Parts: sequence; C-alpha cells; structure tokens
Amino acid sequence: MLWACILLPQLALDAVLRRHPEPEAPLALVGGPAQLRSLHAVNAAAAAAGLAPGMRLTAAHALLPQFAMVDYEPAAEARVQRFLAAWAYRHSSLVSAQWSSAIVLEVRASFRLFGPWPRFERRLRGELEQLGFRHRIALAPTPRAARVLAGLRDGMAVMEAAELPALLDRIPVRRAVLPDEAGTRLQRMGIRTLGQLRGLPSDALRRRFGQALLEHLQKLYGQADDPLECYQPPEHFDERVELGYEVETHTALLFPLRRLVGDLCTYLSIRDGGVQRFVLRLEHEQGHTDVEVGLLAPERSASMLFELARGRLERVEIGRPVVGMRLLAKHLPPFVPAMQDLFAQRAQQALDWPQLRERLRARLGDEAVYRVAPQGDPRPERAWCRLTGDEAKVPVAPSRPPRPTWLLPEPVPLHDTRLQVLSGPERLESGWWDEGDVRRDYYVVRTSRGQRAWAFRAAGVREGGWMLHGWFA
Amino acid sequence: MVQVVAIDSLLAARTLWHAGRSARLPADGEPSGHAALDARLPQGGWPRRALTELLLPANGVGELALLLPTLARMTAVGGTVVLVAPPFVPYAPAWQAAGVDLAGLHVVDASPRDALWAQEQCLRSGTCTAVLGWPPGGDDRALRRLQVAADSGDCCGFVLRDRRHAANASPAALRLVLEDGGWRVLKCRGGQPPSGLVQLAH
Repeated sequence: MLWACILLPQLALDAVLRRHPEPEAPLALVGGPAQLRSLHAVNAAAAAAGLAPGMRLTAAHALLPQFAMVDYEPAAEARVQRFLAAWAYRHSSLVSAQWSSAIVLEVRASFRLFGPWPRFERRLRGELEQLGFRHRIALAPTPRAARVLAGLRDGMAVMEAAELPALLDRIPVRRAVLPDEAGTRLQRMGIRTLGQLRGLPSDALRRRFGQALLEHLQKLYGQADDPLECYQPPEHFDERVELGYEVETHTALLFPLRRLVGDLCTYLSIRDGGVQRFVLRLEHEQGHTDVEVGLLAPERSASMLFELARGRLERVEIGRPVVGMRLLAKHLPPFVPAMQDLFAQRAQQALDWPQLRERLRARLGDEAVYRVAPQGDPRPERAWCRLTGDEAKVPVAPSRPPRPTWLLPEPVPLHDTRLQVLSGPERLESGWWDEGDVRRDYYVVRTSRGQRAWAFRAAGVREGGWMLHGWFA
Repeated sequence: MVQVVAIDSLLAARTLWHAGRSARLPADGEPSGHAALDARLPQGGWPRRALTELLLPANGVGELALLLPTLARMTAVGGTVVLVAPPFVPYAPAWQAAGVDLAGLHVVDASPRDALWAQEQCLRSGTCTAVLGWPPGGDDRALRRLQVAADSGDCCGFVLRDRRHAANASPAALRLVLEDGGWRVLKCRGGQPPSGLVQLAH
C-alpha cells in the first residue's frame, strides 16, 4: 500500500476565508479567554501588516487598528476536516482523518483510475486549490511516514518500502511527530536523528518514554501494522456558515448560499447520491427561521439547486437579522441521472422537465404542478385525482358513457329555459358508505347558447332543478 | 450603385408579398387532426414555434375538441403538454378516452398574475411540445412575449381568449374565431386568411 498525506497547515483559517466575502482584506482568527484574547491564525494581508499567530489581540490592534476578526472554533475546524475527508473519499476508499490538520489516504489502489502518482497528485492539488485550502502533500509506504514527510517538505514521494528506513533514519527527532513531546526531550538528551534513536536499547526507551514511542517507531518504519480510524461517509449533510455580521437583505445571503449548495453537491457526488429535500436554516441571535426546499425527484446539479434555494429564500421575509446559515439534508436518496440522447437537438438554454417543474413549484407553491389521472370511483367528482411526482402510474379508467372534457370544480345550478336534452339519463348512485352519498341522473344537454353541457338532476326528478357539472368542450 | 435583386428571391424570403396570391410555404405545420382545417392553413396545420390564438364566445364550446387530436398525438410520442391555469378541471377520464396519454399532460395552477409568467416559462423552456394558456387580459405586449417565447423554445403555444378580443390586433401567428358553431381563420402568417367556416364533427 502507498499512503498520501495531505497536511493542511491553516485549516481553520482557510475554512473561514473560503466563505468570507473579502478574503483579501486583513483577517485574523481570534481565540482564548475573554481577557487574554490572542491571534490563532492570520491571513496574508494581516501577516504583511505584521500580525502573527500567538500575538495578543491588544498588541495586534496597536499594529493594525482595522482588521476582520473571526472567533476560532475547534468544532468548526473538525467539521471542515470531516468535509475534506469526504472529499478525499472520492479518490480512495481508505481515508483517515485521525490526525489533526491532516488527511491520509491510500492511493496505490486508485492509480489505475487516476493515473500514476504525479498526475494523481496534480489532480489532488488542483481540487484542493479550487476548494480553497492550502496544503502540503507527501507519499510514503506507511501512513505515519507520509505524515512526517509532509511536515518536512512539500511534494516528497517515496514509492519503495526499501528506500524508507534509510531516509527516515536521517530525519531529526524533533520533526518526527513523536508522541508526548518526546522529540523535544530526546533532542535535549543529545539524540538528534531517528537513526540514533533506533540504535538505543528498546527496554531503556520503554522505561523512559513508554510503550507509545516504540509502537510509533515500528508503525513509522512499517514493522508493525498501523490500524487507522477509517473515515465513513455520514448519512446526512449538515453544514453551517457563520456570517460574522448581521444580515437583513436577501442579496447578502446569496454568497454563503452558493458556497453551501456547492459543498452539498460536492458531497452528493462523492456519495453518488442526490437530494430531494433540504432545509435552509437562517439563524438569528435568538431562534431561527427554516426555509424548506423540496423537490419531486432527487437532483444534484449545483446550479439548479442554487436557483431553487434562491427562489425559496427570496420568498421568505427576513424579519430579524441573520447571523448564520445552515444547510441540513437528512435524506439523500440515490441519484439516477436522466438518460439523454448524445445527439439530441435541444433549444438554447433548454431546461429539462424536472428543472422547469421545480422552477414553477418554487414560485407557485409545492402543489401547483400536477398531473390528472382517472380513478375507479363512479362518482364523477371522485373519478379523477391529482398526481404529483413522476413515479405514480396513470391507471386506465373503466369504460363508461361519454364524459365531458371539462369538469366544474363544484356543480352549479343551471338556469336555462330552453335546454335541449341530447341523451340521458344515466343514473349514478354510490357512496352511501362514506358519507359522500350521491344519487343523480346525468344528462347531456344543449344550452341556448349552443354549449354541450353535462348536467344532472336528483334521481327520479323529472322537471327543473338542473345542476351543471361539466362541458363537452 | 443599384443592386439587382431577383423578385423571386424576395418573394421566397417573404420580404415581399404578392397581393392576391398567397406565398407558398413549406407544409411543415403540426397536423391538427382535422383534415378540413389543415387544408385551409398555409402550413397544413398548427404553426410550429409560434402562438395560435383561439377566440371563443365562452369556455366549453368545443375548443378542446379542436385541440385534442393534436394533444393526443403529441403525448402518445412522449411529448410534454402543459395546461397553465385552465378555467376548469381537465377531466381525466374524458381526456384519456380521447387518446391523451395522461403521463405527458401536466397542469399548472397559477393565480392570474402568475399565469402569464408560468406560460412564458413553459414556452421558453424548450422541453414542452405544446402549452395551453388562458391569459386573462387583452394585453398585446403579453401576447408578444408569449409569441417570442414559443419561438425560442421551439414550442406550439395556444392561447384561448374571449371572442371580443377578435377586433384587436394580435401578434399571434394564427388566429381562429368560433362563430356559429364553426371556426373561421382570422389571421394566418404566410398567407391570406381563407374564407368560410370549418365545421368540426361533434
């Protein structure tokens, strides 16, 4: 096996910057207790002004009076790491995010799919850049060695297990990511390289540094198995964006919305799934507003999902300032792309029917688009029903005398002194069991204006009392 | 410099119209299913990529009988037909009996304000074969938008309106009015309206 380690030196900062509307302006992540706030990480513009991680906030303000501050949240960092693990899962089935600020993945099995390592590496770097993450990548026959090499030099690749020991032996202990600060202690004791360390008697090392160090060394050199906590893609998607400022207009929400929907689609393509229903949660200082986005069929096109979510969002009245936005998708059904003819001729900017339907539903309401289908019930108002979605099959109506093509939603009285009966009566008598009792005699009549109407009288009644129920249009 | 242009080429390009003689258009219309009507229309059927206007004395006077053969044929081959805000319920058993594959027939409920928007979206989308609408007002601009949308979406558009609009000009490519139980062609692009009524067998 060959392991690639992707080291993410400024994971928390990148996670903030990629969602920030002005990533070029000076920005710092701030952490620590209220009285002793200090900088956790700074972006390039802030670093150019002299700000550095570890600096106290008061000192930073003295250097640069104006810069954007975002609270450093370890939980958010862990979430981004999980997101990147999900992304890496696209390239390999063995992915681990057990070490902080790093993603480890087995790559040899993927060479046949993505090509040899240099090409594969370019692909990984390209995608990481597009996602907006600084990174260092190294390759080694053991995951721990890859992790150590990535820390030493970006782009290192050791393909052969035989080359590994000689290379590792030369590495300073301080840089070997040893457990419990053992590296610094060993350095002070005068042991400079891993080679020297390995030369020491193991019993003495165990007594001084514990079993963990020996196990680390064995795993590093590939002399012992290194069982990793493998990443399993979660069953649902849940991402949020902290806005950092109060938003009261829709337009200001579109940028974070585009990022969230983009991440959702990245995630969906990894799982080879689609999304049919998700919730956009607008977070206020207190409470939240939920915007439901529902589709009739699973989709995963980023532009379409964005347009739909935007349509729904713009119909929501923002009563209170929004400070955060969250996208929750619980059910991620399998996605089957619609088959399209390779050479199909389509008009410019053509939509397919599901896209058009979702656009109509987004503006007109979820119930606005439907199909009609016959039902077996003999009562005319129940002999049809609405179908939503594409799955439902249209049954075939039982054979009956001619029916009108237009049905009135409710029968209305028909006042016409010159009605001419064309055919009938047809007695319909049904529904005594469910309170919808119907006993009517239906006729086809011609009105004085020449329309052919479907009208009924109560069963057995001979004169007057016409109710209009449909038109033979 | 005077450029010499053959009159035939101008006639063929339909930039020049020869009075009293109708231009010969390719008969590439969408057959209406009524031979008597097709024979009178310059393209031998409903114009494609265009709007057709049906002017009625009231709803429910035979407008569906006119259209159902076309809609049945379109849905039978997998086409998508959309009814935008119809005035009544399209009664499924009857439409099915007329041969319409209900799997391809979609109904869109919309308020009068949204109905024009919805019809334009459907016409323009390029995914619908035919779109029927009942636009409420007599707005010439709205019909022009629909006509353009039908053209760009490669769709047969139908609008069904009250007969009193017959007196006003309309951008629709074809206008039919129902009079005395028969259809009269009021306007047809690419030819002079034929005289006489077309009676459909009820």
